[in-house]
Amino acid sequence: MTAAAPEPKANMGHPVPRYDAAAKVTGRATYASDMPLDNPAYAFLVTSAIAKGRIDGFGLDDAKAVRGVIDIVTHENAPKLKESKLFSNGGYAGTTIQPLKSADIAHDGQIIAVVIAETYEAAREAANRVKVSYTAVEPSSSFDSPGTTTAAAKGQNAQFKEDPEAGDFAKAFDQAEVKLTASYATPTQHHNPMELFTTSCAWMGDNLVIYEGSQYVYGLKNGVAEQLGIDADKVRVVNPYVGGGFGSRGSMTPRTAIIAGIAKRLNRPIKLVPTRDQGFTIATYRAETRHEIRLGAGRDGKLMALRHEGAEVSSRPDAYCVGGTKTTTRLYACPNVSSLVSIVRADRNTPGFMRSPPEVPYLFALESAMDELAVKLNMDPVELRRINDTTVEPIGGKPYTSRSLMACFDEAAKTFGWSQRSPQPKSMSDGDWLVGYGCAATCYPTQMAPSAARVRLQRDGRTRVEIAGHEIGTGAYTVIAQTASERLGVPLEKVAVFMGDSDLPPAPVAGGSNSTASTCSAVMMVCDQIRQRLFKAVMPGDSLADKAKETVGISQTPSTQAAKSDRPLDIEKAFDALGVGVVEEYGEWKPEGAPLDSFKAMHSGHARLIGGPEMKDKIAYAFGAEFVEVRVNRFTHEIRCPRLVGAFAAGRIMNPRTARSQLMGGLIWGMSSALLEATEIDERNARYVNDNLADYLVPVNADVPNVEVILLSEQDEQINPAGVKGLGELANVGTNAAICNAIYHATGQRIRKLPVRLENIEV
Amino acid sequence: MRPFSYQRATDPDMAVQALGAATAANNPLTQAAAQPLAGGTTLIDLMKLDVMRPAALVDISPLASGWSAIESKADGLRLGALAKMSDVAAHAEIQRNYPVIANSLNLAASAQLRNMATLGGNVMQRTRCSYFRDVSYENCNKRSPGSGCAAMDGVNRMHAVLGTSDQCIAAYPGDFAQALIALDAMVEITGRSGMRTMPFADLHKAPGKTPDIETTLQPGELISAFSIPGRWPRSLYLKARDRQSYEFALSSAAVALDVQDGTIRDARVALGGVATVPWRAREAEMLLKGQKFDDGLAQRVADAAFADAKGRQHNSFKIALGKRVVARALQQAVTMEVRS
Ligand SMILES: Cc1cc2nc3c(=O)[nH]c(=O)nc-3n(C[C@H](O)[C@H](O)[C@H](O)COP(=O)(O)OP(=O)(O)OC[C@H]3O[C@@H](n4cnc5c(N)ncnc54)[C@H](O)[C@@H]3O)c2cc1C
Repeated sequence: MTAAAPEPKANMGHPVPRYDAAAKVTGRATYASDMPLDNPAYAFLVTSAIAKGRIDGFGLDDAKAVRGVIDIVTHENAPKLKESKLFSNGGYAGTTIQPLKSADIAHDGQIIAVVIAETYEAAREAANRVKVSYTAVEPSSSFDSPGTTTAAAKGQNAQFKEDPEAGDFAKAFDQAEVKLTASYATPTQHHNPMELFTTSCAWMGDNLVIYEGSQYVYGLKNGVAEQLGIDADKVRVVNPYVGGGFGSRGSMTPRTAIIAGIAKRLNRPIKLVPTRDQGFTIATYRAETRHEIRLGAGRDGKLMALRHEGAEVSSRPDAYCVGGTKTTTRLYACPNVSSLVSIVRADRNTPGFMRSPPEVPYLFALESAMDELAVKLNMDPVELRRINDTTVEPIGGKPYTSRSLMACFDEAAKTFGWSQRSPQPKSMSDGDWLVGYGCAATCYPTQMAPSAARVRLQRDGRTRVEIAGHEIGTGAYTVIAQTASERLGVPLEKVAVFMGDSDLPPAPVAGGSNSTASTCSAVMMVCDQIRQRLFKAVMPGDSLADKAKETVGISQTPSTQAAKSDRPLDIEKAFDALGVGVVEEYGEWKPEGAPLDSFKAMHSGHARLIGGPEMKDKIAYAFGAEFVEVRVNRFTHEIRCPRLVGAFAAGRIMNPRTARSQLMGGLIWGMSSALLEATEIDERNARYVNDNLADYLVPVNADVPNVEVILLSEQDEQINPAGVKGLGELANVGTNAAICNAIYHATGQRIRKLPVRLENIEV
Repeated sequence: MRPFSYQRATDPDMAVQALGAATAANNPLTQAAAQPLAGGTTLIDLMKLDVMRPAALVDISPLASGWSAIESKADGLRLGALAKMSDVAAHAEIQRNYPVIANSLNLAASAQLRNMATLGGNVMQRTRCSYFRDVSYENCNKRSPGSGCAAMDGVNRMHAVLGTSDQCIAAYPGDFAQALIALDAMVEITGRSGMRTMPFADLHKAPGKTPDIETTLQPGELISAFSIPGRWPRSLYLKARDRQSYEFALSSAAVALDVQDGTIRDARVALGGVATVPWRAREAEMLLKGQKFDDGLAQRVADAAFADAKGRQHNSFKIALGKRVVARALQQAVTMEVRS
């Protein structure tokens, strides 16, 4: 075992290497734009240089004169497409702003023309030569701009049903011995996955194949079919590997149907590779947020009153919001709670999911406030969390299925050396550097969604698993292969997994950290169907279902006492008895409490995630605790984070290697979000300024010299058959607050607005 | 990107002929039809962004055989313009006798870029102003003279506070040039009529009324070498930036001192990240000469260095930051161990 492959503890699988490791490091893994096309034409986008107004006209002569240009598609000659509703309103789209429909411009960098040419270079050159004349209208860029409108999220966003509340906040806050009121803010951020937002479309008669990095092939397939007005069965989306998603590929962007429509008209495959800066405006982003937190507590640290008000920016037509109060109002024991989320509409593209969409901004506010409260109480921040730890959430009184928050705090504190911290701010230093320690809780809802799978077992043990899941870099191939291997008792090397293709059995969106829980639960169920068939063949009449359940593996040693009385199944004998060469099973799994129409929705590309606070009589979250060391230079005020330690508990850990990698990536992302990442908006014109990877800063290796992940053992039988709580979005939640809390400890200065830059420090 | 012709220069003569051929269409240099290509790490980026649209590239990398030598002698240092940043930074004698040069190169860009990039290309790199680099913004006096400046009242956190004009506030982004200007380097220029040398300090031009003219180099001229008189073992480069590596300076200082028996005999201070051109703080230096060092003096020097600084909405912090960087760099230079 190595640091990268931690020793499994109880209820953890083996840290087997990634199924796709060799393919990836040797470059054999094919991403969407690597897919060969037969005689493709190339598309290049022209995007708007204003955020609001209209196009008066195009000057296309120069562009058309470029050798190899085939066509220039604008709103005047674009294929007609049907509208798709926003995903949260029963549609598939991440934005209802449909480009190329009219001369109107609704946001910066909106697609206004598509140049089609024989080569990428010609298309790009011609795009550079397209001239556009606009009538610009002064846009509202963000919170403080004139012309925005603000309204409560409740009532305008179908997925935000309630502002959680309990008891009597006003009274309790009024009477509290210790009070805190503080405001926090988080910036605009962009996912910037390595893989660009490419799309290739190829028609074979009436059938369309789309190669596109997607976190939801069924959603994209159905959405594009809807926009083109064709049967969804005629559309296939293929992407065996996705070069990072982080939420940006969860819902359909307008580009796909546009490219499909042009390819149809041209009767030729088209490949679109947009640039990095276009990626800032043709897909979604994390919108900026603002928060006010009020905490009232007794001198003993017990929370008596909590109010969380959040405001989020969205586009003019779409009421997107993340509404993280559903988590922050339930995290700690507190009898009197109120909350309010509102949406501020500006002239921007519609925001969308970005890794831990609600929890990142909302927990930054709450976990910063908890630290501020600890300071007011003169109490260790870890102890304040312990005092307010709970097994029952305060809003609906529902029990957590399992909750290892304090165990995580204790483990991480020990490894980090929290006891070495001298509590006084500005009391620790090392040469030119002021040193600060900080911590915060992290959590993420445990979610599941209906999923199907097909598994085929051959006589020699070779196994094929088919499921339209997504390998977005998390290790999905690996854990699905492990699941089938363990369940069927076949060696891992004999398992082949096929994913990223909408012709395979449907799986949910790879979002909300539900994938492992959902797909592995489905694969387990289908493997059990195979085992039952085999058992029936050799032992007709017995109480076979039980035996199949208890005997782990087909030709391997049984694990339970009851099963040990039987010999393990002889796979060859079973195949002979069945008289077949291959056993294949298909099955559809749905989580407990899933609505009746779940499977229908699954096939039509509507992901119905269940879990977190929205379960019937329980509530399920994964938890963790994060500790960071921050150093602030006395002279330059540069802020560095030389050490990050996180301890996490998330039910069954399928593979400690891939789990660690996700959590480590999360901690790094969290540090990046606290200190580096922000998309700058030019307020005068509502345009993004630093839309490239040189100016939109993300950490380099030198920024994260020491990141330690501790996996805690946890067992939870109430969530899903796999016993898995998602962890892909768990680690980047608490880091923002942990870092600001550490900066306070280092400098005595409380910073409530992200990201923290050296000019914000006054030592 | 737009189509361009590509030619490899096999000798300096051919290079300057090819570059000077279309002289009429060649002014100013930044918009010249023919551009020399060295490591390409600035030029190719700007071509992809459609900011630079040369019709011809003359690849000068084959000249490296004659133009990349590193010669360290008792009376000074000579660096070929095609020497790679990484090779110069790793050179033992430069690390010992000119730490400010080695530091300024090592703290720049990334290892991959330093392996590609040349010294000549480095000093000629162009501003990172986001409005300059994005042609969808119409207002950029540097790109299209007379069109205005989007940065002036835009997002200008990275922009200059020294040497600005009402036409342009774009910062000169490089690090190495501060070391050169501090050490009174000379630049050797090869042109069609032979070779000339001039002080490196005369190479770059502050924006004034013509931000599109960035240097005094003429079309058809190439930088062939830099030379630095004397040795400066007591010198260093301090760079403050958002990331620990791979990031341009928010503020930096190249300082070099000659201290004898506690008295400063000679002092050099140059500033990076805060000015429109490589910036020598000559008046500030004067305060140091003949003095004994203390923190109060460092503070006065720092104040003098930024006496004329003008901040704008997002970059005013650079004035206070720049002062602390200068003061700290001086303190470090005074106390650094120097092997003789
Ligand atoms: C992401 C990123 C981060 C960076 N960070 C830093 C940093 O922190 N600090 C820093 O200092 N730099 C930084 N750089 C800039 C980098 O150092 C320069 O791009 C590089 O030094 C340029 O050298 P080159 O040989 O590649 O030049 P080229 O790109 O080939 O040329 C640059 C310009 O100089 C001209 N030119 C080249 N050679 C000569 C010559 N001999 N005579 C006359 N003209 C010539 C070219 O025509 C061109 O206009 C960064 C660059 C990138 C892309």
